[in-house]
This record gives sequence, C-alpha cells and structure tokens, in this order.
Amino acid sequence: MYQYDNYDQAMVDARVAEFRDQVARRLEGKLTEEQFRPLRLMNGLYLQLHAYMLRVAVPYGTLSGKQMRMLGHIARKYDRGYGHFTTRQNIQYNWIKLSDAPDILADLASVEMHAIQTSGNCIRNISSDQYAGVAADEVADPRPWAELLRQWSSFHPEFSYLPRKFKIAVIASAQDRAAMRLHDIGLELVKKDGVIGARVFVGGGMGRTPIVAPEINAFITEDEIISYVEACLRVYNRYGRRDNKYKARIKILVHELGVEEYRRQVAEEFAHMKALGLNPPREELARIAAHFATPAYESGLSDDLDRSDPDFALWVDRNVTAHKQPGYAIANISLKPIGGIPGDASADQIELMADLAERYSLDELRVTHAQNIVLPYVKKADLYALWKELEANGLGEPNLDLVTDIIACPGLDYCSLANARSIPVAQKIASRFASNGRDAEIGELKLKISGCINACGHHHAGHIGILGVDRKGTENYQLLLGGSGAEDCSLGTITGPGFDENGIVDAVEKATDLYLRERTEGERFLDTYRRLGMAPFKEAIYG
Amino acid sequence: MKILTANDLATGDVVWWAGDGWSRLLEQAVDTGADGEDIGKREEAARHVVGAYVVDAEQTADGPRPAHIKERIRGLGPTVRPDLTLKPEAGDLTAWVI
Repeated sequence: MYQYDNYDQAMVDARVAEFRDQVARRLEGKLTEEQFRPLRLMNGLYLQLHAYMLRVAVPYGTLSGKQMRMLGHIARKYDRGYGHFTTRQNIQYNWIKLSDAPDILADLASVEMHAIQTSGNCIRNISSDQYAGVAADEVADPRPWAELLRQWSSFHPEFSYLPRKFKIAVIASAQDRAAMRLHDIGLELVKKDGVIGARVFVGGGMGRTPIVAPEINAFITEDEIISYVEACLRVYNRYGRRDNKYKARIKILVHELGVEEYRRQVAEEFAHMKALGLNPPREELARIAAHFATPAYESGLSDDLDRSDPDFALWVDRNVTAHKQPGYAIANISLKPIGGIPGDASADQIELMADLAERYSLDELRVTHAQNIVLPYVKKADLYALWKELEANGLGEPNLDLVTDIIACPGLDYCSLANARSIPVAQKIASRFASNGRDAEIGELKLKISGCINACGHHHAGHIGILGVDRKGTENYQLLLGGSGAEDCSLGTITGPGFDENGIVDAVEKATDLYLRERTEGERFLDTYRRLGMAPFKEAIYG
Repeated sequence: MKILTANDLATGDVVWWAGDGWSRLLEQAVDTGADGEDIGKREEAARHVVGAYVVDAEQTADGPRPAHIKERIRGLGPTVRPDLTLKPEAGDLTAWVI
C-alpha cells in the first residue's frame, strides 16, 4: 500500500489546522454560512436531511487494517455506531457534529486519511478495480497510476474550480469491475506490442443525462497518461458550461462538441503540453509503484479446500474469487445481509474486518463500488476460519452479485436531494427473493436503486434498475431493464409507468419469473433481456 | 399551517421553531404564519441554526404533520433505523411517514 511521505502528511495536517480555524470562525460568527459552505464542502462535510454528513475518501478503495480500525473508531466516538460504504468506494458518516469535525479530520490524518475533495467541483477520489494487484486477468497493477493521479489531482490549482465535479476511474483488466465507462474519464491500462499504455474514455456518467463514455484515444503510453488527462481537463475547464449546472459535466461538452471535435481539441492541447515537458518524471511513478510491490507470498501452498461444511462451501462458491497466486484467494465480504441496509456496517463490524485483514489478508482491505468489502490476500487454508468469524458477526451472507446484493443509495431516509426512499425497497426485494431461495436460482443479477435522478445508486447501470421519483408528494418507482456497468456497458431502459413501494417489488418478481421461464443454458438475466428485448418483459410486468 | 425547520449550527440536529426557541420535537412546532422566513433569517444571523426553511403542515391531534414526506422523515428520523429516531419505543412509525 502507498504510505505518505513528509509532503503528503504535511499537506493533510495543514488542511486539518486550516479547517479547525475555519470551524472556530464559523461558530464565533466570523464566517457566514455562505462563506463557510464551500470551505466545509472542500473537506467533505455536507448538511444532509438529519445532520451534517462527512464523506471520507478511501483512495481507489484501498485500506490498511489500521485505517479501517480508525473508521470504526470514528463511527463509535463521533457518529451513532455505524458508517455507510458508498458507490464511489468511500465511507460516509450520517450524524456528525460540526464542532467535532476538526477532531475527526485529525484522527483521520493520524492514519494517512482525509476527506479532501470528496465534494465540490474538483477531481474526486480516484476509483479503481477492487481486485487490483491480485486479479489474474490484469495487464498491470492499476494502483500506481491511481495513486499518481491522486497526487496530481490533490489541490491541483487549475482544477479546483471546474464547471462541475469530476470522477476518474482506472482499471487494468478487460473485465470492468469499476464501471469505468460511466466516469468523466475512464482509463483502461492495456498492453500494445509489449508496451504498457492506456485506452482513454471521456464523457461518461450517470445522473440525469446518462452517457457511456466514448473512446477518445485508443492508446497513449504510460508516460503520457498524466499529460493527456490534463489536456482532457483543460479543454473541459475552458469550454465546459458554467451557466447551467445541469449541463456542466464533461459528458455534455463531449456530446455537444462531438467526439471528433473534442478529440481534436484535446490532441491540440496535448501537443502543447508535450512541448512544455509536463509529464511527471518516471522516477516518481517508480517511487509510487514500489509501494505496491508484489507481497511476499508463501510458496507451496495447497489449493485444496475442505468443503464438508455445506454453508461454507456455498459461501466459497458465491463470495470467493480466484487469485493470481496459487494457494491464495480473494474473499468478498457482503455488506448486504438479507433485510439489512446495503453498505452499512457497525463500528464493531468495521473493527472486526480490520482485525481480519491483519490476521488473514496481509493487512489490507478494499471497498467496492458495489458497497462490499474485499480481503484480497487470503490463504485458502485460512478461508474456513475467516468465514466462521464473518458468519458469527453478520458478515457471511453468500450473495455476491445475486439479486439480493443490491446497490442502494441512502435515499430519502438520509439524503436531502432524494425524492423517494431506496433502502426499504432494497430490503423488501432482498427479503422476498431470499425467502424461497430464488436469488440463488436466478444467479447473477445486478439490481441497483437510486432515490433520485442523480443516480448515486447507479440505477442506469443495473441489469434491473429502480429510480425513485416524487409523484405529487408520494414515492413512486420507475423500473429500468438492461443496464450494465461492466465491460458490456449499457444503459437501462424504462419499462413504462412507475409503481408504489409494493408494486415495484412485484414488478421485479414478474421480470425475473419471465427470465426463469425463458432463459437458455448459461444465460444471465441481462443476456436473456438482450436476446428477447423489452416487449415480453413489458407484457409480463404490465399485461 | 406554516412551520419552520432548520439544523442546529453546532450539532446539526434537526430542529423546529417552537415559538420562543428551537425544539428537536416536531410536535412542539408552532404555526409561524407569515413570519417564518424572517424568524429563520434572524436565527441564522444569530448563529443558532443553519439552513432554515418554511414548510406547509397540517395540525393533527398528535401535533403538526408536514405536508411532504421529506419533512416527515426529517421530523421522525430514518424510517429504516427506528432505534435512531426520537421515539424508538414507539415501534414502527412508517405509517405516519407514508
């Protein structure tokens, strides 16, 4: 894992001191809310439906045991005993006192963490593949580039006041586990003629205008990545709309200019930047990459597993993923207990996961955009002991990628922007499908729920998506089918008129019943939908 | 009726204007008539609260009931965590919210 150098630590410590002073001045009346609001947002502190909410950055979703333990400590000491892992691999606390915020940031800084750039019109936390460094199918480890981008974008003076927020994802596998093409910039590391470089996708996103990012450049070399990304941002910063926040994202600029013209302008800017020699030195990438060196794996470990406990075998089949190193496995911890709140974990659970990472996973965890946790370095011989502890503490749900492994935004239960509640719908769907084992029978089905059009719950990218809307003051839910955030990226299509809370659960069941009747060997729900099209699903749902 | 809500500046708690100060209890909210916005601005300037705004509500036997579900959830707390509401002992209050 990357560890702060003196510059990193000094920057974060200075920001804590600065924010402590700003909070004191606000409470003393020396700053108005109008003056203070952008300052608190720069430190991830929102005012939400019930209280202040703090969003803490988890760079590309990677945490050490010590950092995870601190997240549990914050949940217990400053919040109400829990935290919420988000669809951008971060964590949010829902009940923060303004007067406590500086102490929380100081606690975070003590473990090399912060909440900088988790809000505002700047480059947000870089997201990545939760299996980075351990996936058998990756061409390179994306984390050094994600870290380089993090350092480059932190306090970047030119990009601190962009037209709108800006999200970047980096992956290095053909299999996209990070919804890369639904980011403002998506980078896919690839190898061409033995040379590492990147495909560059620009102008993707969800929200009210969902767009799958088009490819802007099929290959830039690894030395050019930062400069090229900077050129992409410069064109956006110059021409992105600032007069209308709903048209201010880069996806609108790319769409309105057209891909060819945007590509041409970026190329022109890139040529200018190359002449200036602004690429970071190779030594810096090498310095960062050294932090992500292959760990000292034990050799000669067995790949055999004792599967005599059927519940353990089920969990292995569902939640354990192949590791590139013989004798090791990637263990996925579901934060989706049936009837629970997607992405929530108690302080006790967070601390337990920190302990388990230290004992079983070379002191490392990952947060996934699907709101689960990954232990990336577990010896197969340790899986049973690990599972026993997870199971005993409400963390052993064997439902990765099933219909019960639902992404849900906080919705109207917590969010002041939401139009409808997301969590109760997720709970009802999970309970119905788990009660008769149909979740396992259906297999992979990614269901994603947003409580408003801002799409924090990624409803556009769900095989089944649900969007909560406000219809004359009451909650109403639209159903979408056919979305995907993976390498077969697509946007869901609305089926028709919306439903009330119980009606949407019935509608999901009707759609999956049709799938079960019509599927062919090996077809996922998404495959069957793509083969049959919307009409039979519409008939099944409304007919 | 019109009632006034805000968040306590230091703690962030949801509060309701109770006539002579702020209360965390929605049932203590009073009808501000046409004065809500002025009270909100005055209280924000005094650094008691932040984000004050007026909402429509109806008076019921149990006290004011906001017209929109968003403020009903503000008044109760998250419907999915009754243990964190102001009335955890009251059991399922979802029906009141919906």
